[in-house]
Amino acid sequence: MIVPRKLTAAVFVALLALTGSSVGAAYLDLGVFNTILALAIAGVKASLVALYFMHLRYSSKLVWLFAGGSFFWLGILLALTLNDYLTR
Amino acid sequence: MKHYLNAGYSVGSWLLTRDHKRIAILYLLSVTFFFFIGGAFATLVRLELMTPAGDLVISETYNKLFTMHGVAMIFFFLIPAIPTVIGNFLVPLMIGARDLAFPRLNLASWYLFTAAGLLALGSIIFGGVDTGWTFYTPYSTTYANTHVFLMAAAIFVAGFSSILTGLNFVVTIHKMRAPGLTWSRLPLFIWSTYATALLFVIATPVIGITLALIAIERLLSVGIFDPALGGDPLLFQHLFWFYSHPAVYIMVLPALGVVSELVATFSRKRIFGYGFVAGSSLAIAILGFLVWGHHMFVSGQSMYAGMIFSILSFLVAIPSSIKVLNWTATLYRGSISLRTPMLYAIGFMGLFTIGGLTGLFLATLGIDVHVTDTYFVVAHFHYIMVGGTVMAYMGALHYWWPKMTGRSYPEAWGKLSALIIFIGFNLTFFPQFILGYLGMPRRYHAYPEEFQVLNVLSTAGASILGVGYIFPMFYFIGSLFARKKIGDNPWGATGLEWRTSSPPPEDNFRETPVVTEEAYDFAKAEEPELP
Repeated sequence: MIVPRKLTAAVFVALLALTGSSVGAAYLDLGVFNTILALAIAGVKASLVALYFMHLRYSSKLVWLFAGGSFFWLGILLALTLNDYLTR
Repeated sequence: MKHYLNAGYSVGSWLLTRDHKRIAILYLLSVTFFFFIGGAFATLVRLELMTPAGDLVISETYNKLFTMHGVAMIFFFLIPAIPTVIGNFLVPLMIGARDLAFPRLNLASWYLFTAAGLLALGSIIFGGVDTGWTFYTPYSTTYANTHVFLMAAAIFVAGFSSILTGLNFVVTIHKMRAPGLTWSRLPLFIWSTYATALLFVIATPVIGITLALIAIERLLSVGIFDPALGGDPLLFQHLFWFYSHPAVYIMVLPALGVVSELVATFSRKRIFGYGFVAGSSLAIAILGFLVWGHHMFVSGQSMYAGMIFSILSFLVAIPSSIKVLNWTATLYRGSISLRTPMLYAIGFMGLFTIGGLTGLFLATLGIDVHVTDTYFVVAHFHYIMVGGTVMAYMGALHYWWPKMTGRSYPEAWGKLSALIIFIGFNLTFFPQFILGYLGMPRRYHAYPEEFQVLNVLSTAGASILGVGYIFPMFYFIGSLFARKKIGDNPWGATGLEWRTSSPPPEDNFRETPVVTEEAYDFAKAEEPELP
């Protein structure tokens, strides 16, 4: 077992708590910051899943490279799509 | 002698195999089946277009015919064909490994592909889909009245098959190369398969997510693509082409790798500028992600985005032309033999160049506005997909058939069918460039009378092309019953796959090979067994 059971449980609880905070934040009227807050919470959750559930934290540099590459490609998708939406 | 084909004759020994070579044969049967399904729809399309009036089928049926032709050919033949048949068979053999890194996952990929194929067949049998293979919203959402959901589910599942295959190839190529087989010694087919595998892993999830978003919108009424719910139909096109443009490179990159192998072997020369040819595969894979908006020049995307995508699209021409120019330079002063696989490779070089150059026309904003959704576009992508990918696939089948089966095909018939395919292909698709330039739109079952001559030529070409494809099926099957076996390296080729017996044993190599020289070192290669 790579990740101690206690840590896995703690990450699971954290993910549940963050999901609750996502729901809670949706009831607040923060203007544009609603979206930013929701994305920030989602980002933290995704990082926890990648680091602990997917064992990235304990993996070799090559695996980090591939994980980083996939985020870079997500960046390409967002950047070139916004390149259209922001210039219409 | 014991080899992978006679290791077991029961159905179970095939359906539960973990041998990459047997899985390749399973894929060969599957994709060939879909090639003929897609071909049958193409035949009906061409028959309808023989006459200007829409007299063979009604327009709704015609919409279904071209949609199912596209879906069958793209998702169930062109995308999987070279990676899953030729790649599955060759990747472990070429790198000196006993199998892929995850043999069970490899079999699971084939089962997912088969499940997807059955879903697609179900959709076809229940009445088909009429959205076009692109599934554009709102055809696939608000106005969907055919079996879109079933077909979308099929493509969703097929996507997972692709992702798992890609993952398997990436891990295998990183981790299981024979001692001494450094990255700079890898065969170029491995480089292009590696680039393709990266595309499988990075691009394919996006089509799955996009199809899932359609389901979410329809089932939960969340506004994503439907303007009435606050969504944007162009978002679908962005997401769809983020996958589907790289998918074009999924189709053509393995073909480029095949041609590199064929040109080197049949010129008996190390490929000119090995490093550039290998690097250009990765460059095409990366640049292929930055150009999707050229499918959307007239969609309503911003003019600025159109300009950016236009400029980026031109960049893809650089690594593509590096390949063609380096193959040409390899031929120069080479010891060329025009065997059947080489005929396909040379045919590929010409047709791929025409397809690529007309791609530059289409990357030019002004010209694209004129020819968008005309037969010019249809001709362009068929020159890449059929003139490129299918020609290379046929070349690969002929080249590695002796390795796969231990038998040779009849050379004269091989050359004849290559010639028939080349003539039939050009007669089918060259007139479509002219038709498109003159303004004939795609996806209509009727057209003005002045377009008839070119359409009749195209249909005549398609029938010749069909004959060209049927010949090899007969002589390949016939060759299996031939008594005469062929040697382990009939072409005098380099590469580890030729160092083992034909057909290879179950574990590929009796001893792990050690690599001490660069790829394509023909000075040390055996002489060809075949004249």
